[in-house]
Amino acid sequence: MDVGDAEDMAQGPVHEQPRSPLRRSLLVSLLASLVTGACRGAGAQDRKTLVVAAFPAVDEIVNAAIPEWKRRHPDVDIKLISRQYADHHTAMTTALSTRTYLPDVMALEVHYVGGFTRTGALDDLRQPPYNFEADSKRFVPYAVAQVTGPHGELTAVPTDIGPGTLLYRTDILAKAGVKEADLTRSWESYVDAGIKIKAATGAFLIPNAHNIKEIVIRGGIKPGEGMYFDGEGHALVESPRFYRAFELARAVRQHELDAKVLAWTSDWAEGFKRGSLATDMSGAWAAGHLATWLAPNTAGLWRATQLPEGTYAAWGGTYFAIPKAANPANKALAWEFIRMMTEEPTMQLAAFKEQNAFPALTETYSDPFFEQPIPFLGGERARELWRDAAMHIKPVRVHKQDDFAEEVVNGELDKVMEKGKDIGEALRDANRLLQIRASR
Amino acid sequence: MTNIMTSLSAKWRLPPAWTPYVLLSPFIVLFFAFGLFPLLFSLYLSFHSWEPSAGLGSMQYVGLSNFTFSLQDEWFWKSLKNTFWLAAASGIPQHLVAIPLACFIHAAIKRSRNLVVGLYFMPYITSTVAIAIMFTALFSTNFGIINLTIKELAQLPILGSILPQHPIDWTNNSDTIKPAIAIVIFWRYVGFNIVLYMAALQTIPADLYEAARMDGAGRLQQFWHITLPSLRPIMYFGVTLSVIGGLQLFEEPFILTMGNGGSDQAGMTAAVYLYRMAFDFNDFGAASAMSWLLFAVVAALTWLTHRVFHMRNSPT
Repeated sequence: MDVGDAEDMAQGPVHEQPRSPLRRSLLVSLLASLVTGACRGAGAQDRKTLVVAAFPAVDEIVNAAIPEWKRRHPDVDIKLISRQYADHHTAMTTALSTRTYLPDVMALEVHYVGGFTRTGALDDLRQPPYNFEADSKRFVPYAVAQVTGPHGELTAVPTDIGPGTLLYRTDILAKAGVKEADLTRSWESYVDAGIKIKAATGAFLIPNAHNIKEIVIRGGIKPGEGMYFDGEGHALVESPRFYRAFELARAVRQHELDAKVLAWTSDWAEGFKRGSLATDMSGAWAAGHLATWLAPNTAGLWRATQLPEGTYAAWGGTYFAIPKAANPANKALAWEFIRMMTEEPTMQLAAFKEQNAFPALTETYSDPFFEQPIPFLGGERARELWRDAAMHIKPVRVHKQDDFAEEVVNGELDKVMEKGKDIGEALRDANRLLQIRASR
Repeated sequence: MTNIMTSLSAKWRLPPAWTPYVLLSPFIVLFFAFGLFPLLFSLYLSFHSWEPSAGLGSMQYVGLSNFTFSLQDEWFWKSLKNTFWLAAASGIPQHLVAIPLACFIHAAIKRSRNLVVGLYFMPYITSTVAIAIMFTALFSTNFGIINLTIKELAQLPILGSILPQHPIDWTNNSDTIKPAIAIVIFWRYVGFNIVLYMAALQTIPADLYEAARMDGAGRLQQFWHITLPSLRPIMYFGVTLSVIGGLQLFEEPFILTMGNGGSDQAGMTAAVYLYRMAFDFNDFGAASAMSWLLFAVVAALTWLTHRVFHMRNSPT
């Protein structure tokens, strides 16, 4: 109603009560708002909302699962809060520290979940109403071990994992006269193959010499040890696996076998597009990225094989967790949602087919989808390789200073490769820094 | 009706003594919430050890240990050294270029002066993220225009012996990351300083130059004996801003090094390091202690800048 209407009504028939039209309209709108408010209140009593916080592409997977959830729970809405990878984890840290805006279900990347497990910020899923202990055996063992706390507590459920393999370009290898076995026999033979490839084709063996160091330091980790620290917090950087990793990386750089590019940069993407990278060590998801946006023009030219020297490693992985301080009224529903996403083979397989999210649930591994050829990989049945790798990956103990340690080691490797620093001295320097930091 | 309104307004009238506080309250509330509280909280945090995801209750008082750790931390000193290097390498050229350039624009360009100044000022008002992304593409090792230009120039007979034959790994090599960041910062802020000096130049009385010319002073002598001394107050202002800004460098190095300070942390400034201490290495206590140590350094250098300019000013 505008002012003109109000004036017209004020000059209306005299037999009406001399009531102010403005007042009347206010009364009407008050009544209307009371009625609608009451309706909304009645609805709100019946409806519930489950808040799920996720990052790409887990958000896509959750989004795709909403229709199925609504079919089962028409009265429970899913509110999906999606942020970019780093923003999501910063937001989750802030939410956990302040106990505000906590979602009912939290998607967490493996890199972060260890820290949250250690601080006791997440519910122990062994306890009622979850009772996850028995069902945890249905998942890939290493993925469960990564979220097992010091007293056996289980803080998250794995949903996808990133078993790693070596991807290589058959056309480039053929030109250089290099065979798949030359790449995988040993790390030394892998570097030798790279020298042949560079000489014959000009293509780089790998994007960055750091890639080889990353995997070689995983070989020979003793049970109970972490990548950089042992169970008592002593730095392990001067152990033989680091010497070997540094020597191999230095050899790669000296022979100019790496493109010196970092993953996810434009140079890195261009390298795949233009065929200047002959191999890449990466998680199962990498083939999907290559096929869809990185280098669809190279379809049919790539193949996958296990990493050199029988090494097994994982690249990333996602978990679902319930914050300890989350709304208690929603915890049972949150758990039901997590179970639907992780323990149901149809949901796990759908995420694998749509988003290349390799299932953490082992009972999916007998699905015929794993035996199907992958056209981008020239019809190779690479999912069998990834499945095999997943079952061989060993859990690695997480230390709170792992991120710092990785960076210190990377810095020392740069000094070795760029400035000719002695490997022994570099590792001693790294060890000293880590030892100081370990006690914090 | 009018009487009711009058009595109501009299009842609810703000006492005159309160008026300024009520009018100021939006600022005061925002300042307390987003300015003073975080400041005091970081001071409180610097004396505590805190595992953030375990909640506020997990804070433990640790006395001065965060400060002693920070002062003994090699990376903190390395990041401070990087900060000084970058502040000097990007800050000093800004003024050395901006002063003569402002004088040139002031003297030689009349009709299109605003357009020229606007073009120089443009990088200052452009989003840092957009700038850093653009420079990341320019600095690209194999496909960036900077390396492609160097490669072409290296084909020329004389330049070929000076310029590198291999593409420069600008943002991944510890030797080149600092110059790369300094170039971006210089490019971004030189326009701001030009505007500052242009404003100051317009306040210098023209009769001073006339008198000097009549006394036979050349252009260089006029610049040296009239322009530069007259610019001293604005130079103090500009240098102070550069010192403070230089020591708090964050966005450009953060984005150009993909958030980790680059190879051998050569591009990691103190501000980037203390951010990483908190959000990457989960050590909020040490990060807060470092931020207060950095504050002490900024305050000391600002005071020093003041002293230097004050000493120069004192004889006049």
